[in-house]
Amino acid sequence: MIKLNVNGKDHDLDVAPDTPLLWVIRENLGLTGTKFGCGISQCGACTVHLNGKPVRSCITPVASADGAMITTIEGIARGDELHPVQQAWIDEQVPQCGYCQSGQIMSAVALLRDNPRPSDEDIDSAMAGNICRCGMYSRIKKGIQRVASGEVQHG
Amino acid sequence: MGKWTRRGFITAGVIGGSALVIGVAIRPGHRAPGLAKFVAGPEETLINAWVKIDANNQVTVIAPHSEMGQGAQTALAQMLADELDAKWEDVSFMEAPAEDEFANYALGKGFILGDAKIPALLVGSVDGVFMQVTRAMHLQITGGSTSIRATGVYGMRVAGAAAREMLMASAAQSWGVDVSELKTSEGMVIHEASGKQEPYSRFAAMAGKLKPPSVPRLKTPDQFTIMGRNKPRLDIPSKVDGSAQFGIDVVVEGMKYATVNAAPVFGSKVANIDSSAASKMAGFIEVVNLDDAVAVVADGYWQAKQALAAVKISWTETGNESLTSEDLFDQFQADMKRANESGDSRKDVEIGNTSQAFAEATRIVERNYKVPYLAHACMEPMNAVARVEDGKCDIWTGTQNPLGFKYDVAAALEMEVSDVSITNQFLGGGFGRRSSADAAIQAARISKQVGLPVKLIWSREEDVQHDHYRPAVASNFRAALDEKGMPVAWENQYVDKHEPVEAPHISYAIANQRIHYVDSPTHVPFGPWRSVDHSQHGFFVESFIDELAYEAGMDPYKFRRKLLKHHTRQVAVLDLVAEKANWNSPIGENRGRGIALQESFGSIVAEVVEVTVREGKVSVDRVLVAVDPGFAVSPDGLKAQMESGVIYGLTAALYGEVSIQNGRVSQSNFDNYPMVRMDAAPEIETYIINSHATWGGAGEPGTPGTAPALTNAIFAATGTRVRELPVSKYEFDVSFREENEV
Repeated sequence: MIKLNVNGKDHDLDVAPDTPLLWVIRENLGLTGTKFGCGISQCGACTVHLNGKPVRSCITPVASADGAMITTIEGIARGDELHPVQQAWIDEQVPQCGYCQSGQIMSAVALLRDNPRPSDEDIDSAMAGNICRCGMYSRIKKGIQRVASGEVQHG
Repeated sequence: MGKWTRRGFITAGVIGGSALVIGVAIRPGHRAPGLAKFVAGPEETLINAWVKIDANNQVTVIAPHSEMGQGAQTALAQMLADELDAKWEDVSFMEAPAEDEFANYALGKGFILGDAKIPALLVGSVDGVFMQVTRAMHLQITGGSTSIRATGVYGMRVAGAAAREMLMASAAQSWGVDVSELKTSEGMVIHEASGKQEPYSRFAAMAGKLKPPSVPRLKTPDQFTIMGRNKPRLDIPSKVDGSAQFGIDVVVEGMKYATVNAAPVFGSKVANIDSSAASKMAGFIEVVNLDDAVAVVADGYWQAKQALAAVKISWTETGNESLTSEDLFDQFQADMKRANESGDSRKDVEIGNTSQAFAEATRIVERNYKVPYLAHACMEPMNAVARVEDGKCDIWTGTQNPLGFKYDVAAALEMEVSDVSITNQFLGGGFGRRSSADAAIQAARISKQVGLPVKLIWSREEDVQHDHYRPAVASNFRAALDEKGMPVAWENQYVDKHEPVEAPHISYAIANQRIHYVDSPTHVPFGPWRSVDHSQHGFFVESFIDELAYEAGMDPYKFRRKLLKHHTRQVAVLDLVAEKANWNSPIGENRGRGIALQESFGSIVAEVVEVTVREGKVSVDRVLVAVDPGFAVSPDGLKAQMESGVIYGLTAALYGEVSIQNGRVSQSNFDNYPMVRMDAAPEIETYIINSHATWGGAGEPGTPGTAPALTNAIFAATGTRVRELPVSKYEFDVSFREENEV
């Protein structure tokens, strides 16, 4: 049995220990906001927080997350109140196809938590692991800057 | 679908002038009653094919296009809602169901009447024919940047205007007043003389029984209240909280998971399958022979993937097992040479007397260019959920052509079309890739074989190695120059003509032109890729014209302008982008500006790329875009499409290469098929010209000019002319952008 706390909820899971966390989140827990993009930690679409740190869940064996606190895209809003990064994404009209955006948002949330006033270089280096095939990098950056500047509040 | 004949459209009585377009969206005989069963819920009345209004005055726009991030559904809703005079806050959209009645009539109209340029939207990778006339009647395609310029202009606006007139006619009748005394505003019909004012919903049922007007009056741009404004995209809120459902997210009761390995060498078949080891693995359910691929079904995707890796598969030989990209490019040149010797090169454009012009030329310039195969690499790997049971097949997937998929799946399973359903989902990227039904057909065959609902997910490796690729093309140019160095003849020979037909053609005023091509088929499957043939020919033409500018000793911007002086829209975008880029000011050491112009999908785009090249390291600092789409329905949406098109084009130009070794694709994932990431992404500035010319597309026109503007900038900075993409093939480091160079 593997124990996970996902978005505040405890789960006991009977899964093979080498199963990537991504597939446990998507298939066993039914939380499909976290996406599969590459399977080799190259695109960032599967980014979740493991004990508050961004990780690529596609290469994280579930056993290594045993007992950990996991946060997914479904877990960052406070009830009906969007996380400021989510709100900034709407304000800047960031997503196009939207498939990478759960991962982008999880990376941005982690960046801003550790570094509330990131420089351009900080943003580039924190976000370079997340591919957006629709090429919305300038809007993602503006969204992050909007939160950093305090233009967006909760909700 | 034989009823949709040319005659059928014309007998609508609406051909000629603006009436032509109207008759397509709203057919005589009123087809709404037949459509209501597909889209109308309780308390809703279908006003016409593309809009419904419920009892609470909520307007639903029924959009026959997929949402893959281009914002088409919101823009189409804007077009319909504006003509309807609806209250924007009360407008939502639904995607049209995959039924024949909801085919993209506007596309079909243009195709049949031959008055619209319909780009390559259809599959056709096997027989090399993009346009398959027999399938034109099953079009429900999102591609060719057609949503706004075809469906929107010829369908949505007309439908909204017609609905408004039907509602007004109903109000006039029930109030006993003349319709000329009525006006509408924000979803209300208003009779000022009596002070009467009622919501549209009050008249919806009555209006639904009326025959639609064949020529509703459309607004003029000064009357627009919703078009031309930035409206937040209706699909975005669900894309920031993980709730947007893509094909890969669909869950069906009792569903199992599958993954697949297709024959590594295209055209090869399964010779033998040994699943003895795999069948002992946890979660394994079944191995399925798909003839040209092998699938494993298991309890979960990971288990399916592990088990598939343990299946030993041998494949038949095709004779292509030693082919390389170099062989294919050699073949292209050999086929062109052979056609020139035999006189079999196929005519594309012939103007003036090219051979005489070359004979009399002061100087002749010859240059050859080439570009590789490219994968689409949608962020969402190919997938589909299929449930085949009791003689029916239900498919859930993200598709650019729901109706086409329905016919393709029915044909593959030898089922009646009426027994197949397609439920479209959000698309995690399309770019042309999701117009091919291969994954949906595989899922259906697997489900049929195992007797269970199945979610098929391709690995990224499968996605990169079994795409329908942007074709590799070689293109050879010759120009005859006069004594002043100006071109008097243009000759261009290339391989493999697809769509749009005008992609290799030039607007430049060169008196003698000969453009011709040869077919040079390979075993590599191909299909439409964002901007289709413009993606290659944009690079070729705008590179060669740039070289000719330098040969003439002229500034590349002024040279283009001089050869385009009768094309006012082209000159306007060139002038605007040059002005915004301060083209005439010095840019500094180790830096360069490049310019390119491209007309595609009805829109005209000029781009300037600014680069810094220091010690071989190429940094793309800034891209400026000037675009004339005729009219920007959603200015911010158009900007988003330009930004997206530029980054897509930049990825291709800097690194994009699918190469063939041993008959198969060498690349497999983002580690060896890299993408532009945030740390390499330039600043992008977009400037819009609303010329009010015929409205053009947005999804593709930003892509083709990016590569030549980039390579022209690299030339300006370094003197190195890039004639083969990607740029990474040259002695440049293109790995990341330097900070603070702008």
